[in-house]
Parts: sequence; structure tokens; C-alpha cells
Amino acid sequence: MLRFTKDHEWVRLEGTEVTVGITDYAQSQLGDVVYVELPEIGRAVTAGGEAAVVESVKAASEVYAPVAGEVTAVNDALAENPGTVNEDAEGTGWFVKIKVADVAEVEKLMDEAAYKAFVEAEG
Amino acid sequence: MSMNTQGRPSAPADGTASAAPETFTGNKALMIEEPLLFEIGHVDNCGVDVPDAPDIGSRLGGLERSEPAGLPGLSEPEAMRHYVRLSQKNYAIDLGIYPLGSCTMKHNPRLNEKMARLPGFADVHPLQPQSSVPGALELIDTLAGWLKEMTGMAAVAMSPKAGAHGELCGMMAIKAALEARGEARSTVLVPASAHGTNPATAALLGYGVKEIPARDDGTVDPQAVADLLDDTVAGIMLTNPNTCGLFERDVIAIADAVHKAGAYFYCDGANFNAIVGKARPGDLGIDAMHINLHKTFSTPHGGGGPGAGPVVFSQALAPFAPLPEVVGEGDDLRLAEHRADLPQSFGRLTAFHGQMGMFVRALAYMMAHGSDGLRRASEDAVLNANYVRAGLSDLMSLPFGDRVCMHEVLFDDAFLKDTGVTTLDFAKAMIDEGYHPMTMYFPLVVHGAMLIEPTESESKASLDLFIATLRDLAIDARAGKTDRFSGAPYHSPRRRLDETRAARQPRLVWTPAEPVKEAAE
Repeated sequence: MLRFTKDHEWVRLEGTEVTVGITDYAQSQLGDVVYVELPEIGRAVTAGGEAAVVESVKAASEVYAPVAGEVTAVNDALAENPGTVNEDAEGTGWFVKIKVADVAEVEKLMDEAAYKAFVEAEG
Repeated sequence: MSMNTQGRPSAPADGTASAAPETFTGNKALMIEEPLLFEIGHVDNCGVDVPDAPDIGSRLGGLERSEPAGLPGLSEPEAMRHYVRLSQKNYAIDLGIYPLGSCTMKHNPRLNEKMARLPGFADVHPLQPQSSVPGALELIDTLAGWLKEMTGMAAVAMSPKAGAHGELCGMMAIKAALEARGEARSTVLVPASAHGTNPATAALLGYGVKEIPARDDGTVDPQAVADLLDDTVAGIMLTNPNTCGLFERDVIAIADAVHKAGAYFYCDGANFNAIVGKARPGDLGIDAMHINLHKTFSTPHGGGGPGAGPVVFSQALAPFAPLPEVVGEGDDLRLAEHRADLPQSFGRLTAFHGQMGMFVRALAYMMAHGSDGLRRASEDAVLNANYVRAGLSDLMSLPFGDRVCMHEVLFDDAFLKDTGVTTLDFAKAMIDEGYHPMTMYFPLVVHGAMLIEPTESESKASLDLFIATLRDLAIDARAGKTDRFSGAPYHSPRRRLDETRAARQPRLVWTPAEPVKEAAE
């Protein structure tokens, strides 16, 4: 099940590891993604702290870590094909995997219905 | 009567008007397809006689180039034509209205150029003995005096090279002042509508940045500032008038709150041209502000010349201003260049003394206008922006309501909603109509921003034509006639560029079609 943040990241929890990316709504707002900067594996991230940078034809934006933990994997394929973020933001366009310090933190994020309502209220 | 028997037709024959065929050359009349410099010339050619280099040996320890450099070889007419042709593809303020909001593309008076070419100013060198350039020192001192007078500030640093450099200068003085108090503060407050250079400047100096959200009317709420202020805040960087083209009415309340918290007030002076002669930053509680001579005081920029961004300081920050500074009086002016002269100065910002050529132009502009003329220029700039606003407000959308703006007017893309036309499409269609587009997608606080700054340089006739063109475009967009927009520009030498491909697969280095022929021995 996907969880969402107010900064338009999505999170999928498997065991104690989360996969993180930006939402389909976020990629549609950014426009064509041309560059993704990913963190080093092993880096400690804090909830709300910078985890990656995504650059589109419009702007460069920070991607925040939804929860605290340690980076265990990054999607190297985005270096060659940043357009994957546009094509499949909530699937193969993932950014990082994080070993979560506290799994309960993930449960506090928005579910799909809450995120949808949030986007509609913002838009 | 005499008959023309030459057989030279003087009008098109009936029925011959049809779509133009492609030309053999790719040129379109006087629009020439210009190759690269490398593709025109040949390495064997040279426009001047260069004597053979004598054999002086090498001290580069084997690091010297062994391959020919492959420099383009052109004759003088080939080189000259290349650059003249390129210049003809360029758009410039000398060709027409250049309505880039926040950039202040105003006319560069020819009188400025005449003054800057006087040999006593044009031929001075920064390493000349000071005793040989009293005129240059007097000019810098006079200009500094005018800037302090207009801003009501205590000191001015002339050396910063442009706006962002001026921001850095001002914030370095703030940092030095805090350090002199024994305080290491960590945060700088920046409004959401700020120029991107503001947070970049703060970050470059090691400060964290906190964003002040915009109020519904597009200005900064002093309460929002007060809520963020504490003893970790070094200062605020505020633009006034702001990038929405609105005067920050609560600027004095904001300044008071900032000072009460022991912080300093940096003002981004990019929009000073709206208030020259009307309000003095010193009276608004500002501690430091840069002045873009290349905007407010008509010196060339945007490819036409270097910027120049002197920074004025309040009494509180004056001791920390950078070196050098012109000191002394009357015939006894000199440059204070050493720490001993100004012990609390944060040091030197640039190798030399500033953009001398721009100082001459800016002072020429000020003296030609006088104090009444400078005030009038501000008033006319504001009047022109409001004329554009009034001429378009029924068709285009104003994000903060139809209220009086300052020197620039901000529209958003609400009027294009559900038309399928974007701000980018609208701007591209303006190119087809012969206009340089306005600033797009900035400031970030409104959706699909279009920021128009006509400046005082435009006549009523020029503005009427501009407004009429934008009205025509807005009417077509709203009527669903989107062809004009979706493929625009249609009439430019190059059609719309693929920005995505340019960013994903940039070709940054020219590679020759075939190996460069080795230079003849």
C-alpha cells in the first residue's frame, strides 16, 4: 500500500524498508524531468530532510525523505533515463530505498484517498 | 511619352501569388543560415600576417600541445560578416520594446556612450598611479555622493559587479557586523516571491534559509516575519517593490521587527527604479541595498555590457563595507585600499575598483536628468506599467486584483484556463508578432506568471501597439483558436526548440565533420 507526503513523495513499505519516489501528480507539475541527483548508499536521512534532487525543464526541486533512516539503494537507471520519472513515477521511476528507523512513522503518512483530497484542495 | 522597353516587370503577374518554395540555400531573403565560425574558415587561412614564432624552447615539461590547435582561419571580411550576421539575429532594446519584468530593459542613452568614450575615462587603467587619475576618482566620488543622497544611506561600496554580487557584498557586511558583536547567527529570512539569487546568496555564506509565505495580496505580512524572528536570524532579504510589482506597504513595520530581534535588513534593490526620488531606502529602515546601475541608471546589460551593483549601507553597517573606498575632499581624493584605513571592513570584494565605464554612464544619466528628471523617470515607469495593466485587465488575469501596480505588472494564466494554451505558448506567439516575450513563470508565487515591465522608455504609441497585440492574442486564445499558439513561433529562423532533448542530450562541443587538416608547415 502506498503512503504519501504533503511534499508529493510516495512511500511503499516492505518489511522495514521503504521505496520512495515522487507522485504522478508531482511529475505532471514538474514537466519533463532531465536530471536526477541521488544520495550515496549508507547515508543517514532525517524525516523532511533532503534525500535527492530532481531537475525538470521548469525547475530544480528537492525530494525529501518521508521518514528517517538509512539509504540502502538508489535507482541508478534514472541517470541514463530521467524520463522514467515521467513515464512511471509511482513504479520504475522510484528514487531511493530507505531502511526505516521507526516503521510506525510510515503509518502516520497520508493514504491514497487523503492525498487525493490534499492535491485537489491545493490545485 | 517615353516607354519602358526593358522588359523588367514592375509588379507581380496576375495569379502568381502562391506559397513560397523552399530556397536552394536555406536562406530566407536577408535571414541567412549562418554556419559556425569553424565551418566558414579553414585552418590554412589567416586574416592577419602573423610572423613565425621563433624557436624559444619550452619550459612546460612535456605538457605543451603537440597537435595543431585547429583554430578557425578566417579573413577579416569573413570574420566581420559572421559577427554582424549573428548580431542581426539578436533582439535588443535598440530594436524594440523589451518587456522583461524585473530586468528593467530601458533605453541606454547615447549621451552615456559619448561620455564613456572620453579618453580621460576610456583609457584609464586600474594600476595607474592614483595621482594620475584625479578625474576618475572625482567621478567615482560624485557618483557615490548621488547614490547616498538618493537612498538616504551613510556609505556606499562601488566595487560590486552586478546585482547578485551586490547581494553577496551586503550580506557579507551583515555577517561581519554580527561577528563583531560576537554572534554567529544561522538563518536568513527570504519571502516566497524573492529573486532566486537571494536564497542562493544566503546559502553561499553558510546560512540556512527560511521562506516567508506570501500574503493573499502578494505582499509580506509583518506578523509572518515576526513569527519567524528569533536570535538565530541574521537578517531578512526583501525586495521592494517586490517581484509582483507591488510596494511592500509594511516595510517599516518589518524593519522595526527585524531590528528588535537584533537582525539586519537587506533590501534587494533590483526594483529601485520604481521609487527613485519618491522614497529613500534609508527612511524605510533598510541596512544594505544594492543598486543595479544597469537597470535603474540605464547602463547597458543583457549582452550589451557588464553589470554594476554598488551597495549602500546604513550607519550601522557602514564600518563593515568592503575596500576600496574613495576618501578625502576636494582636490585631495584618494582610494583607501588597506585595512589600516578601514579596520572593520570585511575586506576586498574584487581585484580592482569597480566597473568604471558603467560609473561614467550612470553619472551621465543622472546629470542629464537631474533630480526632477530622475523622479519623473520613476513616475513614468509606473505610469507605463499601469497603462499596460489598464489596457489588458479585462482580457488577461491579475492574480491580486485590478489594483495599481508599480513599475511592472504581473498577470497569471487564469485567463488561459481550459484553452489548452500555456504561458509558454502565449510567449512564443508574441515572438511571431515581433515582440520579445515578457518574463515567464516568475515570480513563483502565482501560476503561469507573466511579468511585464515596459519601462519609461516606451512612448504611448509603442505601448498602444504592444497592448493591441496582446489583446489580439488573448482574444484568439480564449476563442479556442489555438493553432496560432501550439506551434509558435512559426516565423522565426528556428521553430520551437526541444528543451527536454537539449537538457537530456546536450551537445556541448563542436566536432568537425572530418579531421582538421594539419596546418601547413
